[in-house]
Amino acid sequence: MVLALVGNQNCGKTTLFNQLTGSNQHVGNFPGVTVDSKQGTLRGHKDCTVVDLPGIYSLRPYSAEENVTRDFIIDGKPDAIINILDATNIERNLYLTLQLSEMGIPMVLALNMMDEVRNNGGTIDIPEFEKAVGMPVIPISAAKNEGIEELITRAIDTAENIVKPKRMDFCHGAIHRCIHAVRHLIEDHAEKAGMSDRFAAAKIVEGDTPIIDRLKLNQNELELMEHSIVEMETELGMDRNAALADMRYSFIEQLCEKTVVKCKESKEHLRSVKIDSIMTNKYLALPLFILIMLVIFWLTFGVIGSFLSDLLEQGIDALTGVVDTALTDYGINPVVHSLVIDGIFAGVGAVLSFLPLIVVLFFFLSILEDSGYMARVAFVMDKLLRKIGLSGKSFVPMIIGFGCSVPAIMATRTLPSKRDRTMTILLTPFMSCSAKIPIYAVFTAAFFTEYQPLVMIGLYLLGMIVGVLFAVILGKTKFKGKPVPFVMELPNYRFPSPKSVLLLMWDKAKDFITRAFTVIFVATVIIWFLQTFDTRLNVVSDSADSLLALLGKVLAPVFAPLGLGDWRITTSLITGFSAKEAVVSTMSVLTGTGMAELSTTLPSLFPNIACVVSFLCFTLLYTPCVAAVAAIKRELNSGVYAAAISVMQCLIAWLVSLGAYHLVLLFI
Amino acid sequence: MTKTLDLLKVGQGGVVTAVGGDGALRCHLLDMGIIPRTKIEVRKVAPMGDPIELHLRGYELTIRLEDAKQITVEVEE
Repeated sequence: MVLALVGNQNCGKTTLFNQLTGSNQHVGNFPGVTVDSKQGTLRGHKDCTVVDLPGIYSLRPYSAEENVTRDFIIDGKPDAIINILDATNIERNLYLTLQLSEMGIPMVLALNMMDEVRNNGGTIDIPEFEKAVGMPVIPISAAKNEGIEELITRAIDTAENIVKPKRMDFCHGAIHRCIHAVRHLIEDHAEKAGMSDRFAAAKIVEGDTPIIDRLKLNQNELELMEHSIVEMETELGMDRNAALADMRYSFIEQLCEKTVVKCKESKEHLRSVKIDSIMTNKYLALPLFILIMLVIFWLTFGVIGSFLSDLLEQGIDALTGVVDTALTDYGINPVVHSLVIDGIFAGVGAVLSFLPLIVVLFFFLSILEDSGYMARVAFVMDKLLRKIGLSGKSFVPMIIGFGCSVPAIMATRTLPSKRDRTMTILLTPFMSCSAKIPIYAVFTAAFFTEYQPLVMIGLYLLGMIVGVLFAVILGKTKFKGKPVPFVMELPNYRFPSPKSVLLLMWDKAKDFITRAFTVIFVATVIIWFLQTFDTRLNVVSDSADSLLALLGKVLAPVFAPLGLGDWRITTSLITGFSAKEAVVSTMSVLTGTGMAELSTTLPSLFPNIACVVSFLCFTLLYTPCVAAVAAIKRELNSGVYAAAISVMQCLIAWLVSLGAYHLVLLFI
Repeated sequence: MTKTLDLLKVGQGGVVTAVGGDGALRCHLLDMGIIPRTKIEVRKVAPMGDPIELHLRGYELTIRLEDAKQITVEVEE
């Protein structure tokens, strides 16, 4: 049995999903529908799957999320819909309910946050309400786990006995005549297409092209229907879209008048207004946002994350030691030994040490998201981001990019449109990530002793400037089209549910570990192979003879115009693809100096300051590391995009470095 | 007196008389409950002057000034 969970954004849908399924959930494609949705097994009912559909306000076809839900309900053939509503905001939440009930699928309503309504002096006459909407209505509190058992029982009962909503019609007058005229004409077509005729009729009036195409109507029928729609428009004095919205809201207003005693301005709302008088204050909003981000970064990368990372690294080192000794004692072939220890353990281990950073960062981010603060950030930052063709919602992922591109790319999930998501993902790697800091540190210490901080800041700024230019160009070419309109609800501030926060952290950790052992595993083995063997597949004793060094030598002429003709530089840059920290460590191996003395040997590789500037520009801008590329591939579901962004960034890096090199040459 | 919504000051409110514009934006506004005869109030302006925060049907919605131009209201004094 399949239950579809549908509701507005910010109505507690994820919390309810977690209550219904516990930790028993996974993301995956549903059979027959190409929808990447979250699924879980209903607690206490092994044979029953709950599918969490995107949070939407309407079934009108204006963005990918609405279509996902609509297509899932038509093609996924759920046995019932659980429609969750925020009872404190019932009018707007019911708007979606009316559209869903037209689909003629067994359905129950979960009135969430009923405790909040009652505590503030409101009530809802449930029996009357049930009668008016024609389906079971269950008051719940998802956060407090109240009413969930009853909801499960009623939902299963409704699904098993196929109890369809008793009421699908919410119209009267001219629009009623119009919808029923259309409905009459398409009855057979709708049945053949496997959807309710009432739903199909409303979709035709709305002009939902994919649905109209599915109905396979002939020209004559289309014209007849258009005629009755135009007739309705003239009679009502408003166009079809306004007429439908008016029909639904009129019904809702009447229903609420009869059955709902609205609460006075709730405590939660008053509290929100108070918090907002500080958080979105004209003068305080920006400084507070910067402060919050700095604290999160400091805690993640400086305190908790680095502590856990070090701990994990020690653990991996210890394990490596044990395996190392065991393999040596066993007398295993030295090449296999090298593969396991230098390749797999070193490579996957290096990437795995990011795990604590990601988990900790997502802990803070999910708190920001669930508390409602993220919506405020979008509100405050929108004007700035609009200049580069994005909306305020893209701001947070880009900021996270300064820490690590991987969680930043993963955080774009929350963006509403595919266009915005893609653009933000492509932009994020330009924000210089924390793994590049060791490179900057070594080089600025060696060459710019007096101006270290200035050079660092300059690099960060350059990354942002190039990123912004890139976005502007993208916006004018590949992603022309209009961004999705910025119409966003500001939900009340709420205390985040610990269960949701923990589940999200677990989710991200699982995702990252899976990636570490698949894509990243393969990549590290390839790099190990290139580092270990020469062209005749003999194990090299001097790293200068390896395939990787050969590759470096082949590529060196390409980098000669940038003043980076030494093969040791190109080889280090190649290893930087596995992790940016590897750039400096490879350099120290190839020059035969320890990390500590590296600053003194570097001038032999970089004859003048122009070469150094060119190198720093290149490391700042060239392809993100393999973990980030894997994340891009995962989030955009496209290997082509991931490859294209790598190549594109190398190209941009090459051009900028060339410019920087020659510019500096002019001054020295 | 009728005005477009972008011209209202913070704290001012009114009743929607018309929702203009076209395509996705207009449908979105209608679906969020901004239809003629809806009471609406401007609650706040973002620190950089845009977008604005509205209060209607018991909840808060933010839209850009450019889009607010499409909404006409009968201003309440």
